[in-house]
Amino acid sequence: MPKTAATKKKTTASAKNGSGSVASRASGNPVKRNGTQVSEADIVELAKNEYQKRRKSQLEAIKKTDKKLLREMLYQMVLGRRFEEKCAEVYRMGKIGGFCHLYIGQEAIAVGSMLALKPEDMVITSYRDHVQAMVKGISPEAVMAELYGKIGGCVKGKGGSMHMFSAEHEFFGGHGIVGGQIGVGTGMAYAAKYKGSGQVTLCFFGEAAVNQGIFHESLNMAQLWKLPVIYICENNQYGMGTSQERAMSSRNIAKKADAFEMANEFVDGMDVMAVRDATNRAIDRATKDSLPTLLEIRAYRYMGHSMSDPGNYRTREEIAKYQERDPIVLFKDSLKEAKVLSDKDFEAIEKDAVETTERALKFADESPLPDPSELLTDVYA
Amino acid sequence: MAVLTIRDALNQALREEILRDENVFVMGEEVAEYDGAYKVTRGLWKEFGDKRVVDTPITELGFAAVGVGAAMAGLRPVIEFMTWNFSVLASDQIINHAAAMLYMSGGQFKVPIVFRGPNGSAYQVSSQHSHALEAMYANFPGLKVVMPSTAADAKGLLKASIRDDNPVIFMEQERMYGLKGEVPEDEDFIIPLGVADVKREGTDCTIVARSMTVPLAIQAAEKIQQEFDVSVEVIDPRTIKPLDIDTIVNSVKKTNRLVIAEESHAFASVGAEIAYQVMDSAFDHLDAPIKRISTAETPIPYAKNLEALALPDVDKIIAAVKEVCYL
Repeated sequence: MPKTAATKKKTTASAKNGSGSVASRASGNPVKRNGTQVSEADIVELAKNEYQKRRKSQLEAIKKTDKKLLREMLYQMVLGRRFEEKCAEVYRMGKIGGFCHLYIGQEAIAVGSMLALKPEDMVITSYRDHVQAMVKGISPEAVMAELYGKIGGCVKGKGGSMHMFSAEHEFFGGHGIVGGQIGVGTGMAYAAKYKGSGQVTLCFFGEAAVNQGIFHESLNMAQLWKLPVIYICENNQYGMGTSQERAMSSRNIAKKADAFEMANEFVDGMDVMAVRDATNRAIDRATKDSLPTLLEIRAYRYMGHSMSDPGNYRTREEIAKYQERDPIVLFKDSLKEAKVLSDKDFEAIEKDAVETTERALKFADESPLPDPSELLTDVYA
Repeated sequence: MAVLTIRDALNQALREEILRDENVFVMGEEVAEYDGAYKVTRGLWKEFGDKRVVDTPITELGFAAVGVGAAMAGLRPVIEFMTWNFSVLASDQIINHAAAMLYMSGGQFKVPIVFRGPNGSAYQVSSQHSHALEAMYANFPGLKVVMPSTAADAKGLLKASIRDDNPVIFMEQERMYGLKGEVPEDEDFIIPLGVADVKREGTDCTIVARSMTVPLAIQAAEKIQQEFDVSVEVIDPRTIKPLDIDTIVNSVKKTNRLVIAEESHAFASVGAEIAYQVMDSAFDHLDAPIKRISTAETPIPYAKNLEALALPDVDKIIAAVKEVCYL
């Protein structure tokens, strides 16, 4: 069983603080469908074991965390889930056009990492950006109206699903060119260091972006120039329809940072507390030592790449394996066991998330289309 | 006024803007310790140090991206491409990111950045080092494209570009770095973007030239004056985008004849755009079809004679003027 880069790396603090954020890479790997070593009947059993292991460490972390924050984390995760489910529904009704990439299954990554930030910290991400935008503070109304191409959208209907932005919330956008934002995020961190602002930059991208040149160019510069940036590779295991194993010769993404002598960790993206702990360690590194970190956070995309993707490249069993240890279910079970939240709390959170999503839909429906004059504005400053 | 080379005029513009605004910094390959591959940044690193003048690895896409992100976060980067040929590696950041950012963020994120360096041919540097890319960049809304042809223009336009809140493509020409001219010494000497300059007044034919073809067009005009007593007006748009089409159209309304001289492949070139716009605005004023002198439709060859054949020169421009003047 290969050890992870993170367990070998002296910069990872997980062993020290006992948060257990470093998952076993072997058990996290997708099962090969052809010539598999593990039968599909064993998949769910394997997932259950992993789930139990995860529960223990999550409970430990929960005990050390403020109750209000825990509630907010769960709320943001549930809101992200309900919001995206609605997006799928209204997309099918033709209310959302163009590309629409959903975040279902990956909520623990955005919530775990971004709720560790200060409001002035900067965030940039890929086109799978609805949930990041909301966690950073853009209202669900403005995100949904943007999806609807309405003037009430966060960028006045000019960007759509892939391009949520808010200068006020230091949200530097969803970006549509795979990997492009890794370089831009590096530049944001460069500016923070130049100005001495103390801001941290969180830069999200998918695992497929790791094969782009910009990933390697960026990590090289970030370590060379000691930039306060946290690269979060959201490994959802598929670049569109191509599995990671069909696209990447060396699949240990965290370890790729070793090529740049950059601190790195592998994190279980189904465990929101593990994501939070790893992000906090990276924030410390960025703020105290002005050093970058690469976090590979393994999750699983339940839905297709975008709404136009039927997902014929994987089995139902594979999806079921991951749903067995769904990040929201896992977190709820832990919160319950730790007696932090009651069933009543869960109901209230669920109700709030559903109502907020409904309000967003209503706002988006009622928001006017952009005035034709908007076509020609914002081309030049 | 001081007499400076274009190289030194650019250097002065950079120095003054670094002094003027603490958010201005210069970044690129060999710009600092090496003093610049073409010495445009000579002395700046010694004077201002590592923070303001930054050597990068050979990583064009990477440092262009750093510039875009830094500009979004409030700085005013001047990114040097050793030559514009290498910008093609970085074109994703220029086209998909810098150019589109303001629009797709609904007006929230400006990208005040200058990308600069030499464009077009040099001296026998062959097919991968001789590209003239202004038509490509001018095609994208959101970008401004600037091409100076004199020392004063180089300084005034670079300062204006650095102070501009948009991404600016600033294209120099290696063959022209040593050209001298008078340059105002005022630290706030600015030439606004989007204003053409009449480099030589005339009444019988208009030549629109830019960058390297401006001095060639002026030479051609002098020869034609002497040989045929034909008065040629030479207009340098200086900024390709936004294009000051009014100055060109007004000239054509006076001369009724137009030659466009450009160091650029003809197909879908800036000259093609100017020809269309003149046709659209001054069709009835034209006494002859518009003639265009461009670079040959080949990759640029190495051999000295072939390279010369491929590029515009004084004789080719004279021949074109004679043709539109029916001489």
